[in-house]
Amino acid sequence: MSAVIEEHHEHHDHKPTGIGRWLFSTNHKDIGTMYLWFSFLMFFVGGAMALVIRAELFEPGLQLVEPEFFNQMTTLHGLIMVFGVIMPAFVGLANWQVPMMIGAPDMALPRMNNWSFWLLPGAFGILIASLIMSMMGMGSAPNFGWTFYAPLSTTYGPASTDYFIFSVHIMGISSIMGAINIIATIMNLRAPGMTYMKMPIFVWTWFITAYLLIAVMPVLAGVVTMMLTDRNFGTSFFNAAGGGDPVLFQHVFWFFGHPEVYIMILPAFGVVSQIVPTFARKKIFGYSSMVYATASIAFLSFIVWAHHMFTTGMPVAGELYFMYATMLIAIPTGVKVFNWVSTMWRGSMTFETPMLFAIGFIFLFTIGGFTGLMMCIAPADFQYHDTYFIVAHFHYVLATGAAFSIMGAVYFWIPKWTGNMYNETLGKWHFWLTTIGGNMVFFPMHFVGLAGMPRRIPDYSLQFAEFNALATVGAFIFGFSQLIFLYNVIKTTRGGEKATEKVWEGADGLEWTLPSPAPFHSFTTPPQVR
Amino acid sequence: MSTTNNGEYFIPEPSKWPIVGTIALTTTVIGAVNTIHSGSLSIILPIGLLLIAYLFFGWFSTVIDESMAGKYNEQVDRSFRIGMLWFIFSEVMFFAAFFGALFYARVFAVDWLAGGGNNAMTHELLWPAFEGIWPVLSNPDNAAIPAPKEAMAASGLPAVNTAILLLSSVTVTIAHHGLRQDHRKPLIAWLAITVLLGAIFLVLQAEEYYIAYTEMGLTLDSGIYGSTFFILTGFHGLHVTMGTTMLIVMLIRSIKGHFTSDNHFAFEAVAWYWHFVDVVWLGLYIFVYWL
Ligand code: HEM
Ligand SMILES: [Cu+2]
Repeated sequence: MSAVIEEHHEHHDHKPTGIGRWLFSTNHKDIGTMYLWFSFLMFFVGGAMALVIRAELFEPGLQLVEPEFFNQMTTLHGLIMVFGVIMPAFVGLANWQVPMMIGAPDMALPRMNNWSFWLLPGAFGILIASLIMSMMGMGSAPNFGWTFYAPLSTTYGPASTDYFIFSVHIMGISSIMGAINIIATIMNLRAPGMTYMKMPIFVWTWFITAYLLIAVMPVLAGVVTMMLTDRNFGTSFFNAAGGGDPVLFQHVFWFFGHPEVYIMILPAFGVVSQIVPTFARKKIFGYSSMVYATASIAFLSFIVWAHHMFTTGMPVAGELYFMYATMLIAIPTGVKVFNWVSTMWRGSMTFETPMLFAIGFIFLFTIGGFTGLMMCIAPADFQYHDTYFIVAHFHYVLATGAAFSIMGAVYFWIPKWTGNMYNETLGKWHFWLTTIGGNMVFFPMHFVGLAGMPRRIPDYSLQFAEFNALATVGAFIFGFSQLIFLYNVIKTTRGGEKATEKVWEGADGLEWTLPSPAPFHSFTTPPQVR
Repeated sequence: MSTTNNGEYFIPEPSKWPIVGTIALTTTVIGAVNTIHSGSLSIILPIGLLLIAYLFFGWFSTVIDESMAGKYNEQVDRSFRIGMLWFIFSEVMFFAAFFGALFYARVFAVDWLAGGGNNAMTHELLWPAFEGIWPVLSNPDNAAIPAPKEAMAASGLPAVNTAILLLSSVTVTIAHHGLRQDHRKPLIAWLAITVLLGAIFLVLQAEEYYIAYTEMGLTLDSGIYGSTFFILTGFHGLHVTMGTTMLIVMLIRSIKGHFTSDNHFAFEAVAWYWHFVDVVWLGLYIFVYWL
């Protein structure tokens, strides 16, 4: 893709020391590291909540937790995984990789970069504090599901909802600033010769994702603001008695929400598009079609939001429009899957851990894509909606999709970050246990969902018992195998076999021309790209 | 670490401002919620707001100092421009959410509550007396949520305010022309006029609110018409306040002679912001007041 003609990095690698290095950082690598560790921490917090949910659902009846607490678990699990794990992990990857991949010294706006990160602990501190208070018997944490539909969150929301609202505002500010930074970096800091159509696909997908973020995070801020005024200042946006409409909430929320799911998957596409060519030892198949497909998906994501609302009630023309528009997304998505498979076609492939995660992603994400296609058929969705089928769908695309790509990305780039190779055996164990556990927990959900088991309910009818027991066992396998990942990552940061500059035989791109570990400032003078 | 400015790239020194910013924002929102919940001012809120003021003052002072010291090259300038443009775009989308709510309410919600579409039974069973007319001067449940007595007219104060804002967009452009030719006197004069116009706008807006509350029964809690009216004009007013504050800072900096004809990004950024506030107002005037 891009070859370096000339490059000379002077590394005067004196880093600031102590806690100040992190608190006051203006360094894209340190900030990226903080994002990734924050996401990792939240992964375990949100994961623990998932295990509480699964433990309760191990058998029918109520056994472990109160239904009220169960609701708080589903809500916070969703919020934390979306806003605290997937999104920060991708921003962390962008922070580390984008400057290295385009031949820049750092991000374009380094101070703002640090602010974007440090807002997250503030926002999640507020959110998690409400859960701790709830566990100490003081009120309830948010309990209305991660989609916080009105009037459940307005008229009936607990007092902590107002803290939740502001914490969403802070997360939004963080995301918007992060996105602006990425756009400015990509537009302005590319090395000479790095034209747009030479950028690695990961950079492209993040570029487009950043636009999605800037376009929809403010809308999320708008909708929570309307919640705030409905709750506290007597406005009637979501109150029919005053001429408003609770359905308005869903429209505004999903106008944010659907692009949001692509915010969580486009960078994953980017990661897979870096890993697959490396281990197939071929150039990516259909580079430009990848770029156009990403752009089309981003565009389409703005005009399909009401496929989440088929059963809410819409004029029939609306149902039909949103059904057909949603189906269109399958086309560019199919282009991508086709390109990855074609890249592997007749490649000389090896199956190191990153490649395993990438191939796992392609299989499992595609399953999620297919169920998505099933659900976008409006009449059929009347059966699927609000059942475990939906839960199966979005966990295939998010857990075995987005999260898989993040794990793959960590294995792929950690030698560059730390200068050490990770333990391949442990990596493979991690992959296989995660894959087996993941399919065990999420695949049966298709069946119970089709049979009508509703989501977000702590109890269920007897006929769902076997599949649920199986899912719970799978969830614990999935959960505990992440400890292997944690161990492997910590071990790699501490030492291990030294990585070469190129790390992978088939590696291609500017980041692989830097030494491993990469110097504190990536390219202090711009490399020339042919 | 040094600034690592090998004549090629500018990377700022480690900075305390981001962390101050986090503390400031977190404190403010906790204070805001406590104030809302207790119904009386929580001491945390003013502390947070002061911290935010400190943040802006400190962060921008640092940036201004760096800029005056000539540390910024063209590339940094471009990054700032890109950043400001996309920030304004995000603000546009913030307003888009509220405009979307307004259109949805006007086109769908009110009509459906009055039996439009396939909602004849909804209307019959819930609030049969409700009529779908915008502005809504009788709410579905008018006993619980009394509607305003009359709607805000487009003529009078709002029309004057439209003229004022449009005029201020012109004056800020004239000031910019002055700056581009290094004519400081017209720069300062026209900028001062712009600030004045912004301030007059705000005073008139306050007067309009006062009339709405005291004479028209048009309040935030007077149903969907009041809700959309105040959320849109309110957030716009807040943005005018911010814009005016920024213009005042630009005025001070102009008087101090910070700007040159070829290096005055801060001024341009504020001017862009001001135009944006102006355009939003036009949308407001058309869809909230007029049509
Ligand atoms: C082929 C592309 C896709 C299609 C056609 C599709 C379609 C749908 C439809 C129709 C629903 C609503 C189902 C219902 O509630 O009844 C849905 C839900 C959902 N989808 Fe997808 N989807 C696709 C890809 C994705 C991707 C890539 C992600 C995320 C990475 C995703 C995340 C979600 C989530 C989180 C929900 C559930 C939201 C909730 O109610 O909590 N989807 N999808
Ligand atoms: Cu969707």
